[in-house]
Amino acid sequence: MATDLKTTEHDIGIGEYKYGFHDPTDKYVFRARKGLDAEIVQQISELKGEPPWMREFRLNALRIFEQKPMPNWGPDLSELDFQDIYYYIKPTDRQGHSWEEVPDEIRRTYERLGIPEAERKYLAGVKAQYESEVVYGSLKEDLARLGVIFTDTDSALREHPELFREYFGTVIPPTDNKFAALNSAVWSGGSFIYVPPGVKVEYPLQAYFRINSENMGQFERTLIIVDEGAAVHYVEGCTAPTYSTESLHSAVVEIIVKRGARCRYTTIQNWSSNVYNLVTKRAVCYGDALMEWVDGNLGSKVTMKYPAVYLLEPGARGETLSIAFAGRGQHQDAGAKMVHCAPHTSSRVISKSISKDGGRSSYRGLVKMERNAHHCRANVVCDALILDPRSRSDTYPYIETENNDVVVEHEASVSKIAEEQLLYLMSRGLTEAEASAMIVTGFVEPLVKELPMEYAVEMNRLIELQMEGSIG
Amino acid sequence: MSSTLRIENLHVAVDGKEILKGVDLTIRQGEVHALMGPNGSGKSTLAYALVGHPKYEVTEGRILLDGEDLTSLDPCERARRGLFLAFQYPVTIPGVRVADFLRHAVSNIRNPDRKEGEELIPMREFRKELRHWMQELGMDPSFATRYLNDGFSGGEKKRMEILQLAMLHPKFAILDETDSGLDSDAVRVVSEGLRKLAGPDMGVLIITHHERLLEMNPPQFVHVMLAGRIVETGDAALAHELHEKGYEPVRQRHPDIAAEETAEQAATAGAE
Repeated sequence: MATDLKTTEHDIGIGEYKYGFHDPTDKYVFRARKGLDAEIVQQISELKGEPPWMREFRLNALRIFEQKPMPNWGPDLSELDFQDIYYYIKPTDRQGHSWEEVPDEIRRTYERLGIPEAERKYLAGVKAQYESEVVYGSLKEDLARLGVIFTDTDSALREHPELFREYFGTVIPPTDNKFAALNSAVWSGGSFIYVPPGVKVEYPLQAYFRINSENMGQFERTLIIVDEGAAVHYVEGCTAPTYSTESLHSAVVEIIVKRGARCRYTTIQNWSSNVYNLVTKRAVCYGDALMEWVDGNLGSKVTMKYPAVYLLEPGARGETLSIAFAGRGQHQDAGAKMVHCAPHTSSRVISKSISKDGGRSSYRGLVKMERNAHHCRANVVCDALILDPRSRSDTYPYIETENNDVVVEHEASVSKIAEEQLLYLMSRGLTEAEASAMIVTGFVEPLVKELPMEYAVEMNRLIELQMEGSIG
Repeated sequence: MSSTLRIENLHVAVDGKEILKGVDLTIRQGEVHALMGPNGSGKSTLAYALVGHPKYEVTEGRILLDGEDLTSLDPCERARRGLFLAFQYPVTIPGVRVADFLRHAVSNIRNPDRKEGEELIPMREFRKELRHWMQELGMDPSFATRYLNDGFSGGEKKRMEILQLAMLHPKFAILDETDSGLDSDAVRVVSEGLRKLAGPDMGVLIITHHERLLEMNPPQFVHVMLAGRIVETGDAALAHELHEKGYEPVRQRHPDIAAEETAEQAATAGAE
């Protein structure tokens, strides 16, 4: 054999996960016992001092959760033990509004994650959730003066009860699916955003979700209302320590984009490889409004996430850009749902997935055209890149049209890193790892360039980290 | 000190089938060699084997650069020691911009000890040099930000190979049919580009069917390959003869090898 270059047995190890460290947990204020039942749910509600309607909402959701079967499709969830999880952990007594007010250990963690620095440089507001509670929150004063609300969801229930109750649970009811029911029963934390009519929030609002404990369940609940003609960009990031046992992250995100408004929701999901990430995200979009999901899935053991847009009035547009990276032991089952409920609506889905080291990625998507949704257009493009023969990629595109006056386009491609591409780059002095990383970065480039600059840099860095080799 | 690339008794197999059957060739810096021969004689196989294509298995013999055996090195290490191949069919790398790729490549070649993640060469210096060579080769500056070979015409791809040759400035350059499939204008641009680049500190091996590239880059040595061996070596006059009379006279002078070539072609045809 002339060389060591082997594309068939690509030996690029999973990059070292940089966020796998954890803090001590002995100073926590409260930790509910492990497991899930009505007592735990009531305890959470009581600790939060919630009104009776919310307690009833939770208990009802728990019953729905218990009745609903596990999904009989998609990734393997058989190792997920709902009784081996902590459903509520409160790390600290109060939320800080300056980083000095945040307990030292937790603050240092967020410093390592670069959040205070990012806040100083380019964010209009930040929420930092640690375990079950938001431990830090900020919003630029000028936005607050304009009537923008950016708070954690628990505070919103207390401080904006009418606005909260008008929208909460209306986009994703507890009956929607088993994990939405679970979240509805035990939710804690998450972001609440209200942008008044015509207000355009220029810089992104960011939330950062951090799991610290072993066997932790994090169930944040996010509700975003973008009023008529308003605009907002919300960004979330998430990481967790690496443990040998499983943690669960099951969020519900509800978004209302009113007439002429615009919402972009960017996720850079980088959970450690022991986290089940089972998330329900959905937006409703009114006349001439635009909802964009930018969804980057790099971490977790299993992710099931299909951000949806319901296009309710003419002129509404929905867009999902999705990047999934499945490495060793990972299954990324991600996609998008576009439901056209009104005429003259349009949607676009672009999905790129990369599988390596035995990882598995799936695109699972739905485009639905309801009966009166004539003159609609939907376009779906899925590209998959498979780096070695042990890895796998699947595409499950569902298209349901109830009328004929629509255009639905679907394109899918699967490619492998060609030996010729590697040879070409290596013959110009790049190592095999550099060459692979360059090909992968190029593959996702059309999506990454849609991100704001800082996140594009972060995404590229994460991909390089994933590609960083044990060869050398 | 002038460097030497020495190919000794090189045997190369692809999928277990022997294509090169003992090639000997020595190139010194500053020399221009031409390698000619009919289709299937093994010219591209030699090029790929030199840069270390994993499908081209060296079963016997050695490739020596200043005495160091390169045969067990991967393509990246060979490139860092000064070998360069202008590919006959340059591949497309979608999403990777020419400038980003080249800055990485130039950094690694100029600093062969550079580790992954270490500093690249300074942007200002790199840009200046890139602009200079793009101008010399008549390339639009917009090529720097295009994706590598993505949507390039045949001529643009070959020009991109010459641009890389200019930026990486290897000790030894192998040009695999850089003139094929180009119109005469494109051949002229590529030929002029090569003439500007080749000098006393570059050894060049031009693989070609045609004579066009050689007119502007006259070779001191012309080799003829037939059925996996170099059967004749001469000067520019040999190239002229091949141009005028084709390979029949060569086959007549080497009837045994010509017979081998015929037998191989028959076997391949039978297999199909």
